[in-house]
Amino acid sequence: MPSVVSNNALGLQCRSLEYRSDVRPQAPAPVPAAAQPEYAVELADVTFAYDRREVLTGISMAVPRGGVVGIMGGSGCGKTTILRLIGGQLKPKSGRVLVDGESIPDLDREALYVMRRKVGMLFQFGALFTDMSVYENIAFALREHTDLPEELVRDLVLMKLHAVGLRGAAPLMPSELSGGMARRVALARAIALDPMLVMYDEPFAGLDPISLGVIGQLIRRMSDALGITSLIVTHDIYESLKIVDYLYFVSEGKIIAQGTPAEVRASDDAFVRQFVDGAPDGPVPFHYPAAPYRSELFARA
Amino acid sequence: MLDTVAAGLLHVLRRVGGRTIAIIGWVGYATRFSLAVVRETPAAFTRLNLTLREIYFSGVLSLVIILVSGLFVGMVLALQGYDVLQRYGAAESLGVLVALSLVRELGPVVAGLLFASRAGSAITAEIGLMKATEQLSAMEMMAVDPLARVVAPRFWGGIISMPLLAALFSTLGVFGAYLVGVKLIGIDAGAFWGNMQAGVDFRYDIVNGVIKSIVFGVAGEPHRGVRGLRRQADRRRGLDGDDAHGRRKLARDPRPRLRPHRVHVPGVA
Repeated sequence: MPSVVSNNALGLQCRSLEYRSDVRPQAPAPVPAAAQPEYAVELADVTFAYDRREVLTGISMAVPRGGVVGIMGGSGCGKTTILRLIGGQLKPKSGRVLVDGESIPDLDREALYVMRRKVGMLFQFGALFTDMSVYENIAFALREHTDLPEELVRDLVLMKLHAVGLRGAAPLMPSELSGGMARRVALARAIALDPMLVMYDEPFAGLDPISLGVIGQLIRRMSDALGITSLIVTHDIYESLKIVDYLYFVSEGKIIAQGTPAEVRASDDAFVRQFVDGAPDGPVPFHYPAAPYRSELFARA
Repeated sequence: MLDTVAAGLLHVLRRVGGRTIAIIGWVGYATRFSLAVVRETPAAFTRLNLTLREIYFSGVLSLVIILVSGLFVGMVLALQGYDVLQRYGAAESLGVLVALSLVRELGPVVAGLLFASRAGSAITAEIGLMKATEQLSAMEMMAVDPLARVVAPRFWGGIISMPLLAALFSTLGVFGAYLVGVKLIGIDAGAFWGNMQAGVDFRYDIVNGVIKSIVFGVAGEPHRGVRGLRRQADRRRGLDGDDAHGRRKLARDPRPRLRPHRVHVPGVA
């Protein structure tokens, strides 16, 4: 396992992560589609609309504790909206959204904030606070929610940064980080409060292949070592298939396919095949709906 | 013909109605926002270091433009005021004229406008940048209310800075008038200061001027926050925060760094 037990400066025994490229984590058992107790996140028949424009229709999914689940789909299909519903930033029009057994839409502001302390989120471009150093970014949540002495905050921050391999970058400002480094710092910030669930919004977007591999492995190893439930929204099929236990495919606001990575690879579903093969045409058409080509070209004739 | 006129009138009515509803919606949104910010006032003072930092950014960094403007406004008032007053043999009243103009009207108004254009636009752009780069969403997801952490300290920083800046504007204006009136033109210094002292009432003139500047501060600050946060409404309409507009703002972040570029972390080289 990639976790190690060590003593920190205060002599407290702590668990930290070592990145070792030679160690491949053991994938947890495949996740059954339904009826498993102890789900960290459950969505049941969720429908959501921005004003009158329906974005999600009848979404049902379950994320087991400690699992790494991916939500895939093209741009604008409603993936990020699912994360916002789970985080309580949006309320569904209908359906149930449960996190750790609590119905998110029914929580008042105080209860929602208490629940959010159990949830970490990594945003698409990191969303680091630009006026704070890397160190201050990680320490932010610890200082806001705990009365820990500064020495302990420092140790915790350095442990989180060490876990993502960026302990040496603590004094830097976000503007001095590369895209991959910013994403890793954001990951360290997301796990600052040792959350039960971490949601990743397009964690692979705009990264070079090395950074992409590092982020993917970190997500997997964090989940395995710390028992964190991970929910990844992405459209990077290759990287996702390497690290997730289960995948949901979303298109036009509906779940149209789901399965383990092995099932996805073997699937002959047209949408899944188009997605996996990166085919330009298929259920997701190449051409935007338009009048017949011939009639438009010769309309004036 | 009649149909065309009717259609035209209907179009105008629709546009007027649409605009009216939009304005009412905007006023309602701004009012609710202001009330929410006021509700978070205790947070601004329990995080006193944040509010002090905003006073520095809004107030201290606006000092140069406020002081220079105040000085020149006072000098111009004295020059033009003397030209008129000396025709009626009342040149000694120059001090009163300048002081009352500045303390009652020009101080709060011009300082308010300058403050809005410098600190206000910086605050709007900063909050807009935080919105566009999802920093506010990240804060929300970390169970930290952005209104309490980001907006309330800026709101109170502005309200505290505004009367102080207006007072300094008026002070430098009076000094500018003294330079022109007494030192340059040669009005008697005793008459200049004596008439001013006799003609300016503390409660009626100065206190009212201070109240006016506080009102400008209160009126302006929530507006800046609303402008910055307005992108929330854009997102509700289905536009995501990380668009090109947001990235353009990121590239020209006008706000100075809060601390030196590199910070010292205890025990880290």
